[in-house]
Amino acid sequence: MGRKLDPTTYVKKGPGRKSRKQKGAETELAKFLTDEDTAPKRLSSRSRKRAGKRAQVTKKPKESIEKEEPKKGFTDENSEWLKPAKRKREVGQSDNEDDSDSQWEQEEDEGQEGGENNKGKKLLIEGDGDDDDLVDDYGALEDSSEGEGEVDGDGEELLPIERAARKQKKLQEAMGQESDDDDEDDDKRTSGDEDMDEDDTVQANLDEMDKFILPGAEEIAKEGVLLVDLQTIHQRIKDNVDVLSHFATKREEGKERTEYLSLLKKDLSTYYSYNNFLIDKLLDIFPVSELIDFLEANEIQRPVTIRTNTLKTRRRDLAQALINRGVNLDPLGKWSKVGLVIFDSSVPIGATPEYLAGHYMLQGASSFLPVMALSPQEGETVLDMSSAPGGKTTYMAQLMRNTGVIVANDASADRLKSVVGNIHRLGVTNSMICNYDGRQFPKVMGGFDRVLLDAPCSGTGVISKDPAVKTSKDESDIQRLAHLQKELILAAIDSVNAESPSGGYLVYCTCSIMVEENEWVVDYALKKRNVKLVQTGLDFGKEGFTRFKERRFHPSLKLSRRFYPHSHNMDGFFVAKLKKFSNTVPTTAVEKDGEEETKPSEAVEVTADSSDEDGPSNAGSKNKSKKQKPVPGKPAMSQKTTANGKPAKSIGKKTTNPSTLKKNEKPTGPKKAKIAKMDGGTVKVDGELKKSNTVKTEGETTKELKEGSRFEKKGDKQRKSPMQSKKRMGKNKFNKLKKLLKKEEVGQ
Amino acid sequence: MRPLTDDETKTMFEKLSKYIGENIKHLVDRPDGTYCFRLHNDRVYYISETILKLATNISRGKLVSVGTCFGKFTKTIKFRLHITALDFLAPYAKFKVWVKPGQEQSFLYGNHVLKSGLGRITENTNQYQGVVVYSMADVPLVSWPSPFTYCPLSNQISQHIALPLHILSIIQSNQSTYSPPPSHTVHYPIKSVNI
Repeated sequence: MGRKLDPTTYVKKGPGRKSRKQKGAETELAKFLTDEDTAPKRLSSRSRKRAGKRAQVTKKPKESIEKEEPKKGFTDENSEWLKPAKRKREVGQSDNEDDSDSQWEQEEDEGQEGGENNKGKKLLIEGDGDDDDLVDDYGALEDSSEGEGEVDGDGEELLPIERAARKQKKLQEAMGQESDDDDEDDDKRTSGDEDMDEDDTVQANLDEMDKFILPGAEEIAKEGVLLVDLQTIHQRIKDNVDVLSHFATKREEGKERTEYLSLLKKDLSTYYSYNNFLIDKLLDIFPVSELIDFLEANEIQRPVTIRTNTLKTRRRDLAQALINRGVNLDPLGKWSKVGLVIFDSSVPIGATPEYLAGHYMLQGASSFLPVMALSPQEGETVLDMSSAPGGKTTYMAQLMRNTGVIVANDASADRLKSVVGNIHRLGVTNSMICNYDGRQFPKVMGGFDRVLLDAPCSGTGVISKDPAVKTSKDESDIQRLAHLQKELILAAIDSVNAESPSGGYLVYCTCSIMVEENEWVVDYALKKRNVKLVQTGLDFGKEGFTRFKERRFHPSLKLSRRFYPHSHNMDGFFVAKLKKFSNTVPTTAVEKDGEEETKPSEAVEVTADSSDEDGPSNAGSKNKSKKQKPVPGKPAMSQKTTANGKPAKSIGKKTTNPSTLKKNEKPTGPKKAKIAKMDGGTVKVDGELKKSNTVKTEGETTKELKEGSRFEKKGDKQRKSPMQSKKRMGKNKFNKLKKLLKKEEVGQ
Repeated sequence: MRPLTDDETKTMFEKLSKYIGENIKHLVDRPDGTYCFRLHNDRVYYISETILKLATNISRGKLVSVGTCFGKFTKTIKFRLHITALDFLAPYAKFKVWVKPGQEQSFLYGNHVLKSGLGRITENTNQYQGVVVYSMADVPLVSWPSPFTYCPLSNQISQHIALPLHILSIIQSNQSTYSPPPSHTVHYPIKSVNI
């Protein structure tokens, strides 16, 4: 039942498939390629042209011509202006010529025979060919492929570059009007260069090659349709940047900077896969050369770093233990005593027994910074508003040596699980983990000594970790995030207790480099609350911007710090440390009508309009945002009631109120009516609305305040103490107010 | 968050006392303040009173965790100790088993401690006594499903056992909070006992 082997048809088998493979592809190919060949191939049209020219020039080695058959260069309409760099070795020859030197020699010999020429040389054998390896050989190949032997007068062999120089010179003469719009080596130059010495020629060659010519509109259109080689784009980017850096000297006549820039933007988005919005933004932030560094840095990962958990071990011991396991590591830098950077490791870093025992935590280097800036002390009450996955929280706990209290909050319940896990693993005992929206925070708990807010951001600083950011962010995302961050920072500020004996600090940080999310938000907070920027304590990093495009920020913004992947080798980051110097919430300083407005302290707390009526329970985040809006509308009122402790003053203010009101912005809508009621009767308002006052007070949950308010409640009935004041009156209080007024006047 | 009821307290303390005996009062009255146990979502948390006060501000639905989680009560009101309690129990453990360096790794990844790996053991360890396992450097070992082991053979008996491979400490298959429990096979010679 077996196969019947027919000895007559027996085919001798050579080495098997696998052993043939071992010998290499050549043997395999040899079987297939033997048949083709020797007959001269039919030349393509271009090749024929070239051959024709060559015949004129007479110096071409035949081999090179033949081998150039495969059409080099771009076969499309772009070929005229889009010239890839020349290869050092021609495609066809590379198979046979291992040694480029031999190539030179060969050509040299042949060249010697022929003598000078190059008139027609310009042609694109060199140009069109060799599009495979784009090597910038400064025209050397171009010359060599022509096969001219370059021997200088002494008969010595010239270096390739020298040969290239000569050829270049000749080429230029021959070039004539060929216009190359591309930035590649080719260049148009007048024939005046011929006169230059060889040395000069070399120099001139280099200069010429740097000359970057903008493609015209047509070329760009063509490019848009057809796919362009990434290498070309990269080269073009480099040249473009070069031109832009030395614009005066290197610009092309008649071309504006904007044209160069727009081409650069387009190329950058193509090459690095960013969307246009992001490239625009980045161009605003970085100078062009730095931008390239930044983009390059985003393509590669930052090094892995870990943080020693000093609650359980020391960095020395941990390093030793990890080295014993086969991990290659180093201390992170002078600026950190607990950081280690991992170069490579034979064991998974996230699974060592030390990790499981909670001796260290995997954490990015930039995440150390906000906690170092915040530097929570032992025994303090600290809030971490966006704590997942818990790296910063646990760092704070170890700095506090497990004393005091840390409240770790995050809006996402899923991500909180990681916080729980990390906290337990690292042995943190003084923490509370909760799941609130950060904006609700002062309502839940206030009076913290320190607050850390690592706001949710666009992630433009961590593109290396998440490349999706490159294409997914746009204007509306950034604006939405900025809005959220502003709300969060105000909530955070309101949660800090300014009178804390050891603190009163807030650190705001993001892993983004956008000005809208960083400096703008901090500047907003400076305007809206009684906070000021202080030194972060981080001695490295770039200073924050104090102005950006059309915006001007508070000058103290330069105390904040920016970190970039390309300059600090850590994720892009922004850190700002704020100190709250007063628990009261200032009314907006929009209308600076003089006296009262200039005093931020003692300012009346902003009271939301509708919230008063709704009752204390509704005071909260929603109201906060509303508060911001009514505030500008009611500066007059607040100013009116802003007291410096003297009833007389406030009464005095009162009388000026109507006038100030008129001067100031008109509040919109319902406020108008209320304000109208307010005229002439602020005192009563104070008394009535004291209750809601105290609840509304953001961040002022200290006992003293409460007592004060209670006290004031009673006091109001007799005398008004206008520390707290209510701008808003309820409905139908006009008559009551009037009566009160009369009483006061009588009383005084 | 609520304090434990009497029954719950009793159950929990019984479990704890298997490992630390009467030292439970050391857990409660500490030099740096009074600590207490609170129940939240069936889990028992060990927190100091200062934190406790602040934690009352957080609403029940929003509170995820406080202080340290000691363990949880199952649906049938049994108390399971968690790995996170090790740091607190280890100093007060009554019966300890020290493991040789070579056996450390094996124990860490979830294997039972064999007699050959035993460095030291507290005297008079009864059969089925709850023990805490240490490395020779007195570091309590956190083994993969749970650090809490019990001794299936008493001290006296084990001295007589010639074979080096007798299992001396079996890991209690409790849950650990940050690694998944492996499946356990009990080798030799054991009767399974509910602890």
